[in-house]
Amino acid sequence: MPTSLMAIDWGVIVILLPLSGGIVCVLWPAMSKPAGLITVIGVALAVAGLGWRIMENGAYRHAVGGWGAPLGIDLFADGLSLVMLVMTALVGLGISFYAKRYFSPRDAIRFWPIWLFLLAALNALFLSADIFNLYVTLEIIGLAAVALTALTGRIDALGGAMRYLLATLLGSLAYLLGVALLYHDAGSVDIATLAQRIEPNATVWAALGLMSTGLALKTALFPLSFWLPSAHASAPVPVSALLSALVVKTSFYILLRLWLEIFGAFAEGFSMLLGLLGAAAILWGSLQALRQTRIKLLVAYSTVAQIGYLFLIYPLASANNAMTAGIAAYLAFSHALAKSAMFLAAGNLMRFGGHDRIADLDRAVQRLPLTVAAFALAGVSIMGLPPSSGFVGKWLLLDAAISQGRWDLAAVMIIGGLLAAGYVFKVLGYAFTQAEAPHDAQAVPAGMQWAALLLAIGAILLGFMAPQIFALIHPDLTASADGAGTVWTA
Amino acid sequence: MNGSAWLPLMVVGSALLPGLIIFGLPEEKMRLRTVLNLAGASAKIIFTGWMLWGVYHGYQYEIRVAFLPGLDLILRADSLSLLFIALSSVLWLLTTVYAIGYLEGSPHRSRFFGFFSLCVTSTSGVAMSGNLITFLLFYELLTLVTYPLVVHRGTEAARRAGQIYLAYTIFGGALLLLGTVWLYSITGTLEFSPQGILYSLDKTYYPALIAIFALLIAGLGVKAALVPLHGWLPEAMVAPAPVSALLHAVAVVKAGAFGIVRVVYDIYGIDFAAALGVTTPLAVLAAATILYGSLRALAQDNLKRRLAFSTVSQVSYIILGVAIVGPLATIGGVVHLVHQGLMKITLFFCAGNLAETLGIHKVREMNGVGQRMPWTMAAFTLGAFGMIGVPPVAGFISKWYLGLGALEAGEHWVIPVLIGSSLLNAAYFLPILHRAWFRDPPDSWPVIRDTTRDFGDKETAWALLLPPVITALLALFAGLLASAWFSPLEWVQLIAQRAFYHP
Amino acid sequence: MTNAFLYALAGGGLFTLGLHALVVHAHLLRKILAVNIMGSGVFLVLVALARRSGETASDPVPHAMVITGIVVTVSATALALALMLKLAGKSGHTVLPDKHSD
Repeated sequence: MPTSLMAIDWGVIVILLPLSGGIVCVLWPAMSKPAGLITVIGVALAVAGLGWRIMENGAYRHAVGGWGAPLGIDLFADGLSLVMLVMTALVGLGISFYAKRYFSPRDAIRFWPIWLFLLAALNALFLSADIFNLYVTLEIIGLAAVALTALTGRIDALGGAMRYLLATLLGSLAYLLGVALLYHDAGSVDIATLAQRIEPNATVWAALGLMSTGLALKTALFPLSFWLPSAHASAPVPVSALLSALVVKTSFYILLRLWLEIFGAFAEGFSMLLGLLGAAAILWGSLQALRQTRIKLLVAYSTVAQIGYLFLIYPLASANNAMTAGIAAYLAFSHALAKSAMFLAAGNLMRFGGHDRIADLDRAVQRLPLTVAAFALAGVSIMGLPPSSGFVGKWLLLDAAISQGRWDLAAVMIIGGLLAAGYVFKVLGYAFTQAEAPHDAQAVPAGMQWAALLLAIGAILLGFMAPQIFALIHPDLTASADGAGTVWTA
Repeated sequence: MNGSAWLPLMVVGSALLPGLIIFGLPEEKMRLRTVLNLAGASAKIIFTGWMLWGVYHGYQYEIRVAFLPGLDLILRADSLSLLFIALSSVLWLLTTVYAIGYLEGSPHRSRFFGFFSLCVTSTSGVAMSGNLITFLLFYELLTLVTYPLVVHRGTEAARRAGQIYLAYTIFGGALLLLGTVWLYSITGTLEFSPQGILYSLDKTYYPALIAIFALLIAGLGVKAALVPLHGWLPEAMVAPAPVSALLHAVAVVKAGAFGIVRVVYDIYGIDFAAALGVTTPLAVLAAATILYGSLRALAQDNLKRRLAFSTVSQVSYIILGVAIVGPLATIGGVVHLVHQGLMKITLFFCAGNLAETLGIHKVREMNGVGQRMPWTMAAFTLGAFGMIGVPPVAGFISKWYLGLGALEAGEHWVIPVLIGSSLLNAAYFLPILHRAWFRDPPDSWPVIRDTTRDFGDKETAWALLLPPVITALLALFAGLLASAWFSPLEWVQLIAQRAFYHP
Repeated sequence: MTNAFLYALAGGGLFTLGLHALVVHAHLLRKILAVNIMGSGVFLVLVALARRSGETASDPVPHAMVITGIVVTVSATALALALMLKLAGKSGHTVLPDKHSD
């Protein structure tokens, strides 16, 4: 990469570009759609630039305004951040192309600016280097997400949005209280500094508890998942995809960072608890998904279950931080692609039939083949069947579980896979079958079908790119699973 | 010597590419679809022939790609792979011709042939897997791509049959996955090797290895229709006849049986497995399945269901041969992979002809059908004789070697099982033949189900007639010319010599 | 220090009271007020803990955090109130509608 391009502060662009794009959309509503698309494509390119720079030069750090940590805000990106940014850019791209055709002009004017602000906040979160900035970005994300959920103004969307808002505010405040306690204990909010200074004492334990509870609530970890199904199911389809694929990953990412950098060394019992709740989430979410008769709720409960898999990382984490980060990032990326594809495909099916009842899908496979293929491929990844990224992730977790003798977790994962097969094939089975009262089909634009299908294909292709993703996280990772080393290289 | 690493990939691709293209074709493009199908099938046969020649002369064909940390995806063509691939290539071509004839005028043919090709792709991958993870990948892929074929008709009955099919196969897949991961956590490698990969492990692992064996066999046994995991097979009969033919002769059941062969010989190693004590329970299970399948077949009046239970029984011959420790039994079991494939596909083709031409689905409707459809019933007769074990049809060769192998290994209890099974086979096949040839036909045949095809004076469409006749003749020649250098039996002896007892 | 500690405890108490109110009350306006009180509690904790012993000046960083937090809370409250009004307009009630209503 030419040095001139290398010298550009891609991290700053990645945040400022969608921010400006959003402002443009507010000021010139007629330009919303083109401005939005151009911005999202620009962000993807900027992320590519940032990635290239990181791979050449190592971790990226930029002091905003020239002031550095601990008083100023630093932007920081290592391999883990990069994978999260790539995930956001790609999934965001796919959903944007879907949204281009999905929204009516009236709704589109509201969607694009808020989505661009959300994108700016997402990128800012993954580039944050201190725990207070994480709070700020988390809040922006939460507010933007709530506004997007309530976009259509329908009563169920308003109810879902309200519930979501209250839950997310509660989570953020608990997190902020934890930040306060940590700052009081260590005198800094910079994560690298905290990593060195924090020793386990009462204040730190209280902070850990508060922050984890708040973040778990925002990630919808069972049993704090009560708000998710209604919010994700009642939101407009592209918004549901954004929420399940990207927004819930943000709080998970923060918890992962805190755990990797600060808490992991002494919080073993806590890891056990997270793992237990994750296992419960897998079982409960999958069973609930199986019971649903309406497709968006099925997909939403599937998210609750899949989040459980993410939390199984904590009890299974090895001493090798890079490996843990790698598996977590891979699982998150895989789920983001598969779940967004699934929601978009579900949206297509709903538009096609004019309803969302699973039992009346009526030979959708013949009339909407691209969409059913998208749902099927995404489902393959969700079920953890080969060849897909979901399978690779499941294999990695199973290998870790069996190697460490955690047969209980292995059994939960196997059962979770079987239940997932149950609810995915429930939908597919009806898609092949003639319904009792066949109805006419509404046309679904090709752009929407292809957006869903391409995201689903991405989930499958990612299954063949595990070595590359792990290489992004840390150059040594592909060689073997041994060798300790923190992810955070300053 | 290393042959081109691209050949295995091209064999897989020769089925994958036409399949993907066919998905995009509109229904009316019949010509193009037929050309693609036949071109792909022919290409596969050419590539397979190339590799057959190469492997015979000691070439190796392998391609690897990194997949997981520490595990690669490996496609490798060794002598055992080629046996399976050759069978599937030839039968794919014939089944394609048959399916074109059978589905004439039916809806959704692009979808059907697309998944059909993907099914063959998966089978090729299963055959050429070089380690257990690659095998697992293609094995599960096979489940996924056969599901749309089972539910193809789009009726509620088809959907339910699909649910049952999935319940069994996905559950089996989960067991197989668990066993594989557990094995990997112990050994750190999953590559197929001639003596297995476990013989150097410490004795403390033995209980775990026995449990893993049980898991793997259970997972594979679902597709291989081992009792009590066979329940999906009769239910899947709701699918169109080409699907039943493909599933039962080439793809699904053979993949399961092939997997068991690989696990016993190339993961555990036959000597290690015998020392571990797992071969005898497997042999007993196989024997039980042989007898149970035949007993259930006796009670079926629906022709396809009778053939389904016959498959349940016959595939376990392969497993029995594998589980008996001795080169002759190995030969008998492995060669039955080919022989059973040829014979069973003949029977299913004929059953499909009877259903499609005359609307016959039950045995009791078959009186005198030999006069109306002589060629079909002649092929059926050859297939049935093979099943019973009448020389010189190929089935006799397999049973002969199995018997000899049992005696060689000292497992004398197998002989009565073989004899009993042959008698049972006779008991449910001979009455069919008697009905067809020696009874008077009824005044009118049953009404044809959903097509209004009239063949006039012809027996049936040539596309429906030619494949069963060819496979019946192949089954006959495989037995008659078993000592020729090109027979399946000779190749299997090469396999046994090369792979299993290599020092 | 002890003074500051008492203030911090008071902040914690506010947080807990707010949490209780959030969970118990059904009326949306009360829930929103509860969240605000929780927020105030957290800010109180931050300000109180900014007071370091043996120094005359307080640590400015938590104060900066509180100001940011206040801005965020104001925006969040505005959004919450707007949502509540819309919900009340559509449904006629000011409580959360039942989940998964058909």
